[in-house]
Amino acid sequence: MTSIKKPLVDKHLRKNRHGLTQRDYEGVASTLCAGCGHDSITAAFVRAFHELDLEPHRAAKVSGIGCSSKTTAYFLGQSSGINTVHGRMPSVATGAAAVNPDLHYIGVSGDGDSLSIGLGQFAHAIRRNLNMLYVIENNGVYGLTKGQFSASADIGTRAKYGEVNEQTPIDPVRLALTLGATFVARSFSGDKEQLVPLIKAGLMHRGFAVIDVVSPCVTFNDHAGSTKSYAHTYKYYHPVIHADFVPEEKEITADYADGEAITIPMHNGGDVILRKTDTSHDPRDRDAAFDLLKNLEGSEIPTGLIYIDESRPEMGEMNHLPDTPLNAINHSKLCPGSATLKQLMDGYA
Amino acid sequence: MGMKPTDTSDPEYFHKVVDCQHACPAHTPVPDYIRLIAQGRYTDAYMMNRRSNVFPGILGRVCDRPCEPACRRTRVEDEPVAICRLKRVAADHRDEVKHLMPEVMPPNGKKIALIGAGPASLTVANDLAPLGYDCTIFEALEKPGGLMISNIPSFRLPEKVLDDEIGYILDMGVKLKTGHRIDSMKAMLEEGYDAVFVGSGAPKGKDLDLPGREDAADNIHIGIEWLESVAFDHIEEIGKKVLIIGVGNTAMDCCRTSLRLGADSVKVMARKPRQFFKASPWELKDAEHENIEIIVNHSPKAFVTENGKLTGMTFEVMEYDVDERGKITGTRKTGEVTLPCDDVILAIGQDNAFPWIERDIGMEFDKWETPVVDKTTFESTRKGVFFGGDAAFGPLNIIWAVEHGHQAAISIHKHCMGEDVNDRLPRGVNLETAKMGPNEWSYSNDYDPDARSDMPEVDLAERFKELDIEVELGFTPEQIKTEVERCLNCDLQTVFSAPACTECDACIDICPVNCLTITANGDEADLRTRLSAPANNTDQALYVSEGLPNTARVMVKDEDLCLHCGLCAERCPTAAWDMQKSTIFLPHADDELAASVSRRAAE
Repeated sequence: MTSIKKPLVDKHLRKNRHGLTQRDYEGVASTLCAGCGHDSITAAFVRAFHELDLEPHRAAKVSGIGCSSKTTAYFLGQSSGINTVHGRMPSVATGAAAVNPDLHYIGVSGDGDSLSIGLGQFAHAIRRNLNMLYVIENNGVYGLTKGQFSASADIGTRAKYGEVNEQTPIDPVRLALTLGATFVARSFSGDKEQLVPLIKAGLMHRGFAVIDVVSPCVTFNDHAGSTKSYAHTYKYYHPVIHADFVPEEKEITADYADGEAITIPMHNGGDVILRKTDTSHDPRDRDAAFDLLKNLEGSEIPTGLIYIDESRPEMGEMNHLPDTPLNAINHSKLCPGSATLKQLMDGYA
Repeated sequence: MGMKPTDTSDPEYFHKVVDCQHACPAHTPVPDYIRLIAQGRYTDAYMMNRRSNVFPGILGRVCDRPCEPACRRTRVEDEPVAICRLKRVAADHRDEVKHLMPEVMPPNGKKIALIGAGPASLTVANDLAPLGYDCTIFEALEKPGGLMISNIPSFRLPEKVLDDEIGYILDMGVKLKTGHRIDSMKAMLEEGYDAVFVGSGAPKGKDLDLPGREDAADNIHIGIEWLESVAFDHIEEIGKKVLIIGVGNTAMDCCRTSLRLGADSVKVMARKPRQFFKASPWELKDAEHENIEIIVNHSPKAFVTENGKLTGMTFEVMEYDVDERGKITGTRKTGEVTLPCDDVILAIGQDNAFPWIERDIGMEFDKWETPVVDKTTFESTRKGVFFGGDAAFGPLNIIWAVEHGHQAAISIHKHCMGEDVNDRLPRGVNLETAKMGPNEWSYSNDYDPDARSDMPEVDLAERFKELDIEVELGFTPEQIKTEVERCLNCDLQTVFSAPACTECDACIDICPVNCLTITANGDEADLRTRLSAPANNTDQALYVSEGLPNTARVMVKDEDLCLHCGLCAERCPTAAWDMQKSTIFLPHADDELAASVSRRAAE
């Protein structure tokens, strides 16, 4: 905790289309440790929402339990949100998205919340192609309970007090690809130039967008011997595909016109422009995504938009759910009365 | 390539970050004394002020306050901290300070003559008398103070305040000869003084030679002479309708004084539009608050007389074209008006005049007939003769005169000791961490959004009853409490250590004004466009670190809007950022003496 609240001095800040500054997208003061990667991801959410010109109340934040799940309080203070049961955030998000498809759903989870207790929920949210942005703040440890290894800890990584991990890690990126996720990305809390556009693209994606963000735990997993420290991540950090998000009304500039860039129109508006950095990877090719991850295994941390598919229907479409939120449908339509019920029942007679 | 890492051991770097102190000619450590006031340590705050500006009580009322337009708060929000009036708080609430004055050393056998008892000469005496110098001030008027007594009306600066602060200096054994006009420099030089300091001001008010000037002479007054006559009770009344020509600070004193001498309609006549006024905005405001009318775009043409008596003044009504940079590109006359009046006061500037300095004594004069004076040493081309205050480079203000005095005192000391006047002690900077514990600092780091306090004043009806009723009452205790917290503590510096940085971005995310960025190095113009917020204010420096350990990028801080809230340091997991108190060492004559004593001891 800082000793004071972040002072509100905003006369020099840029206002977006709604007359809001970045400060209007912040939440309460963070209680996480100084230097926590999660706080940087929080700042990236603030920036992305402000730059996307989305009004704060158009978002709904859902999270489970853990350091990462606390962070939904630290951004978009004017939007609705819920801290659910440990690992059960996808169920709550599913229900919310089913009754109100008008909001932008942001799920914030951690490697513990998603890959251990919540692994089943995570997997089925992907299968349903739930229309939400799902960010895993991945630090390889249970920070809130003093730094035990989580399911994403690499083999050979050392805990703060010397213990070495021998169990195989669950890689959320490969897991998501296997399960058929339609937007799979990895990033790093220390690189907002990469992370902010990914968040924007993820919010505009139709379906389940998962971003696995390496987010060092400054207290329990930022030492020599850790594979999720700042130093280790900077050393092996490898941006493969850079995704820029260009909003609908903005023209795509000539910078991208060199044939190296791929433009993908997003279902919810805008375009994602992909720039390859040093490989020939095409993020629309799922097999190639597996190969890319396999080839770099053990040496580098491939980041960027690994895979994207805008063509698959999301949960609402698959299940023929109404476009109108339930709270906007009038009562007589929602509850047509006993006569209608009788008529329906008579149909089965 | 790119920018070189900032050298924080260069005293100028952090000095410039403390905008108020940097803008003050005498470099008063403003945030330092404001913190003392916040702690109720008024006497300490007073003595700290006195060290640099010598006249805290006087300057706390009438300083031209170059510090306030420079205040960081004007960039962060709109209104600066009321620095000047907080100085008055220290003076108003101080305890007895006589025993805190510097101890006077035994006489060193050197005699100094000081001409004119204004702020420049008084400062020289203040700095040299304690070192054992035998100082004699010669003053033409009956009382010491120079323009502080003769030109600044007592309703702004009570005589008691002047007497106290001049008294501290005279009590150090300084001799004062009032009513003693020096009319020959040659004779002065023959009196055997080891050095002569000229602090005689710029005593010649400008006249306006227009038709009717001679006929109406009885009712046309030169502003500074008229104010002096009022101050010494030689003038006690003025006509009902008064026109003031000119719109500088002297004009403001003239119009407000006229109201107190019986005028009921006072107009200040300006040739140009308001943005070209020379008067300080607050002095204009104070005058307008007393229902003084300021009329723009009227250029004086003639004095109108009837039967040898002034009855009015004719003006040409002007129109100006002003370009976007604020320069006048065209001028037109659109008509003519005559305004009736009983008296006219001319406040259109003043000049230096040295009829009493002979031109054959080895002192060079320039084409404006003013002596050539060195900008650092304040020495004239004749060795041993020094100038300061308005006498040196024309009319400035009190706080400049004080700084001239400090610098001239150093030169006089070096001259008398047979040292090179150009070989002066350099400035220095000391940095000391402000960390008292986890997220605990030795200063109040929270940002206080309160607005600037308005100075309470005597009611309009009351204040005109006597000439010497001080208009401003000083801040109330509640106002002091709020105003001190408005100071951003710009001397609590953000100091960065690149090797400790893990590039976690915590500082960047928490910074309330987006002044931090980690990015690839580049030249300054390029870097300024690539920061978290564009650094458009090129008057403010960029603080650039060495290459960072993980990525070789650099940490860049735009000093422009930093609130010095310390959140970067609180959020930093490795204490790569620290808040450190910077103290700028600005040598005075006593420091020079101490340095030469220790030099001699070392030899």
